[in-house]
Amino acid sequence: MTETEIQSPTSPRARFVRPIEFDMRPMLLIPAIALLALPLVGSPSTWLTLTLAGLAMGMIIFITASGLTLVFGLMDVLNFGHGLFIAFGAYVAGTVLAPLVAWTSSAELWRNLVALGCAMVAAMVAAAALGAAFERLIVRPVYGNHLKQILITMGGGIIGEELIKIIWGPTQIPLPLPEALRGAISFGDASLSRYRILAVCIGFVVFAALAWTLNRTKVGLLVRAGVQDREMVEALGYRIGRLFVGVFVAGSALAGLGGVMWGLFQQNLIPQMGLQVNVLIFIVIIIGGLGSTTGALTGALLVGLVVNYVGFLFPALTQFSSIGLLVAVLLWRPQGIYPVVGR
Amino acid sequence: MLRRILSNDMPRSRWLALLLILLVLGLAFAPFLVPGVKAMNVAAKIVIFIVLVASFDLLLGYTGIVSFAHTMFFGIGAYGVAIASTTMGPGWVSLAAGMGWAIALSCLLAFVIGLFSLRVRAMFFAMITLAVGSAFASLASQLSDLTGGEDGLTFSVPAIISPGFEFGKPLFGVALDGRLICYYLIFGLALLQVLAMLRIVNSPFGRVLQAIRDNEFRAEAIGYPVIVYRTMAAVLSALFACLAGGMLALWLRYNGPDTSLSMEIMVDVLLIVVIGGMGTIYGAAIGATIFIIAQNYLQDLLAVVDKTSGSLPGVASVLSPDRWLLWLGLLFVLSVYFFPTGIVGTLRDTPERKH
Repeated sequence: MTETEIQSPTSPRARFVRPIEFDMRPMLLIPAIALLALPLVGSPSTWLTLTLAGLAMGMIIFITASGLTLVFGLMDVLNFGHGLFIAFGAYVAGTVLAPLVAWTSSAELWRNLVALGCAMVAAMVAAAALGAAFERLIVRPVYGNHLKQILITMGGGIIGEELIKIIWGPTQIPLPLPEALRGAISFGDASLSRYRILAVCIGFVVFAALAWTLNRTKVGLLVRAGVQDREMVEALGYRIGRLFVGVFVAGSALAGLGGVMWGLFQQNLIPQMGLQVNVLIFIVIIIGGLGSTTGALTGALLVGLVVNYVGFLFPALTQFSSIGLLVAVLLWRPQGIYPVVGR
Repeated sequence: MLRRILSNDMPRSRWLALLLILLVLGLAFAPFLVPGVKAMNVAAKIVIFIVLVASFDLLLGYTGIVSFAHTMFFGIGAYGVAIASTTMGPGWVSLAAGMGWAIALSCLLAFVIGLFSLRVRAMFFAMITLAVGSAFASLASQLSDLTGGEDGLTFSVPAIISPGFEFGKPLFGVALDGRLICYYLIFGLALLQVLAMLRIVNSPFGRVLQAIRDNEFRAEAIGYPVIVYRTMAAVLSALFACLAGGMLALWLRYNGPDTSLSMEIMVDVLLIVVIGGMGTIYGAAIGATIFIIAQNYLQDLLAVVDKTSGSLPGVASVLSPDRWLLWLGLLFVLSVYFFPTGIVGTLRDTPERKH
């Protein structure tokens, strides 16, 4: 914060205020990439399968990334330990699902969904509690110091990973899908696994809930205002610190939910999964523009699609496909596709 | 004379000076002071890690940017030597060629990553290096034709530095063989590199880096292009990490993903820099020594404690040597809070009695 910004209303910061009309171009990238991939993939049915799978994967990534990007936008905190909440949520879900095996192995869909719902709620509550503790112990003492934030949250993530190894053991744990969610539904030649349909539905629910909270409620208004100008919100008498803790905890809960989705997607749990997903999330939120929820959604869908297409066309390059996408996007818009924060 | 060798960066603390002298003498005579294969391995690892950690400190401590891809450059150096020695056969030529390619690749990668991420925000560098580093690690295990995959590569080094070469009768009970020559070769190279890094950080260029670390805006306003300096720091740091990797491969005559690319090494390096003291090359040296010794001998101690407490459920799994990283992580977090200047900073801050 420099003095000039406070003095003049037409400061350079005004550039970062969200434009009135919505910028559709980044959104159009998603169908553009999908169409571009069509001739490369060849067969339309394979293309449809890949596209739907990519969108489903993107939705899962979005669920986990949304919390992180809001926390960054609101409080300028970059949490390298975010992956911990993902892994923790997934492991808690695994623990909850284990005794419910009678319900998950039943062929009736509703029993499966109830069991899964219990696991998701448990994972979100557990991850939220962990997030609250993490904020209090790890993040709070280092507000405003990026270097220490990176080091401390990374350290917290490492401690968490070791604790997971102590509680659940260092080896891989299988996390089978509930019976009715296995297999795929075919449309003509294209097929879409049932679980991915569920993932897309949950992803849309989360996005809708987030969009509604952010755009239609007072809390959402404050969060958005805080992302754009924290000091002004504080000056108007709102305790942004409490708001931030709330966002941090909510973001951790979403990460826990995302962890469940990711664990079921991979069908196994490893203690290192947090860091693995974290890498993907970082790419997504940089692409989306740090602090932007819409950007995180767009970025997640783009990454999901590109990873799936490249994984099919050039399997060796999968690891680098998301990084390649990131480079291309940053060349186009160095602040991400939906720049929000002027920091 | 000494002042010139140390680039005018004197220890500025009697205890620190004493520690450093002990360290240099100890490492210089390590093969004779503590004979044995394990002790020699520990000494060589200390020497190599001093270079690796100091090169990381160039970024973290002096420039104020965090890289999580530092082991990538370490690995590139190690793989450069390993791959060249495997494909071209053992010899000095293949060592030089491997190192040359590795240095070129490291510098290019660091340059590109730096230019892309530092252009926007220094924090991007941390996120992007994390992504690139982990992608690179999995690429190295996938390209098994070239890198040997998870098994890694075992190779031979030139005859004069391999264990089979003997050039005299044992001296003070220490065999005068190729391993000894190899140790002193690495020791000499590392000493040169550490002095070179001292020179860099105490040059006008190093001053600019510190100015950027302390106040980026002001440094830019004075007329130093921040991106250019930060990218140069990233390239230099990658260069030294790559050299350290080459030395590691030369010493081990083996390289695999776990020895040079793993995330655990990255965590170790982070921890050593923080414990030793960010922003001092001496901190890297002292931190690396303490850490490597603790890693090699304290884990044995933990194993003993673990056995005696094995009857108590719960305690055992917390104290087992496999959970070594848990304690390191705690130590790391606590030292960032309470001990931000590390050992060297604390020693230097302690006022000395005036005579």
